[in-house]
Amino acid sequence: MELILPDWGLVVWTTVTFLLLLILLKAFAWKPIMAAIGERERSIEDALSKAEAAKDEMSRLTNENELLIKQARAERDLILSEARKAKEQIVSDAKELAHKEGARMIELARVEINNQKAIALADVKNQVATLSLEIAEKILRKQFEDQQQQNELVSQLLKEVKL
Amino acid sequence: MDFRHILNSKKITLGIILSVFSLFVTLKANAVQEKNESSTSVESKETKKFDPNETILEHIADSHYFHIGGKVAIPLPVLLYTDGGLEFFMASKFGAEGEEAYQGKYHTYALVKDKVKAVAADGKTVDESAKVFDLSITRNVFSMWMSVVLLFVIFVSVAASYKKRVGKAPKGLQSLLEPLILFVRDEVALPNIGYKYAKFMPLLLTVFFFILINNLIGMVPFFPGGSNLTGNIAFTIVLATVTLIVVNVNGNKYYWKHIFVPDVPFWLYPIMWVVEIVGIFSKPFALMVRLFANMMAGHVIILALISLIFIFQTLWISPVSVAFALFIDVLELLVAFLQAFIFTMLTALFIGSAVEEHHH
Repeated sequence: MELILPDWGLVVWTTVTFLLLLILLKAFAWKPIMAAIGERERSIEDALSKAEAAKDEMSRLTNENELLIKQARAERDLILSEARKAKEQIVSDAKELAHKEGARMIELARVEINNQKAIALADVKNQVATLSLEIAEKILRKQFEDQQQQNELVSQLLKEVKL
Repeated sequence: MDFRHILNSKKITLGIILSVFSLFVTLKANAVQEKNESSTSVESKETKKFDPNETILEHIADSHYFHIGGKVAIPLPVLLYTDGGLEFFMASKFGAEGEEAYQGKYHTYALVKDKVKAVAADGKTVDESAKVFDLSITRNVFSMWMSVVLLFVIFVSVAASYKKRVGKAPKGLQSLLEPLILFVRDEVALPNIGYKYAKFMPLLLTVFFFILINNLIGMVPFFPGGSNLTGNIAFTIVLATVTLIVVNVNGNKYYWKHIFVPDVPFWLYPIMWVVEIVGIFSKPFALMVRLFANMMAGHVIILALISLIFIFQTLWISPVSVAFALFIDVLELLVAFLQAFIFTMLTALFIGSAVEEHHH
């Protein structure tokens, strides 16, 4: 029976002690401890969310970079193909030009050759004429060295002339 | 009421407790044996028949002496509030064993069954007319103050290391206690009280550590431990009353509506009022009895096991006594944590039901 009858002196001391302990610990221990724990948890959470944000930013940047690289690659391809086209154009243009030029020069050469040939032929004609005259002269001279013969010819010719 | 989370958190508690076990087992074994031997020497000098009932009750009850071992005991101060005025003297005035009467300023006092009573001039018959209120610094009060000093030193230093190590990982004592503090917050306060938990944290933490440290001090069998403070109804009645007051002061309109205007036909109201008002008091009452009975029972079992040696009058029984006492000690270590946890848990649960916004 003594056990379950509270000792009121101890009740008083326990009450006083407990309330004092509660007030003291609340002021000097629980408040700073809970505040520090809360603060640390907040900062950890903050750091985590910041890390998450940085990761997002990072992946965003990576995506952007990839996009840029892709665009650059596409642009490069475009430029290359354009350059190739241009090259082909230039080459074909040059070929055509050379062709035309060649043809023109050949034509000119032919005309020149023809001209030269004509000149040469004319020259040959002249020479042949001169030579023929000389030969004829020489032959005539030879033939008319004999008086007799000259007379015969004259007479012949005279006979032929019909008045 | 949902108690599943207790089972979950038990794993955590068990982990903590088991780690402490391994530390204490060796020490406890020595301690129990020491106690055993010292008691044996006392017994051998005395010839009267050993009465285990009396011995056990004497050990678990409060005392005006703090026994260190053998015949050596520290007399504690006696403070009495009498109808004449305050009386203050040391218990040594009652003699080394409390057998003498002491003539005080207003009355003559003597120890009757370890309690200070005003007695008639013959020093034997209790003087019923004198009003004496015993406010002595007994063994339990001494032990409680020691625990308060310990708690204060421990937690102020922990708070200091929190201030010193802002934003850093806990270290030393801080890292030993932080899991317990977080346990009270995350497993006890938050699930039971909800978002309003912060206001009740100081109370819950104080109750938890106050009970825990006194349970542990009570388990140390030699001076300055061994007091049975948490197994004393005066201690538990105060804590239960604190719970009762805190719960009802913080009760919101839903809580009071549930008590006075419950969802039943109105003619049942008188019955419900009785039931609910009994409920208000029965909940803290259960808290009071649970802690008191658990802690007292632990002390009684250990003392009974040690008493076996003196009942059988042989040392050969001592291995059995020590083995069983050690087993119970280990169990009591679990109970020390468990009871502190359950008291705090249920206090949080009652507060939670009083501040809940949406009552069914």
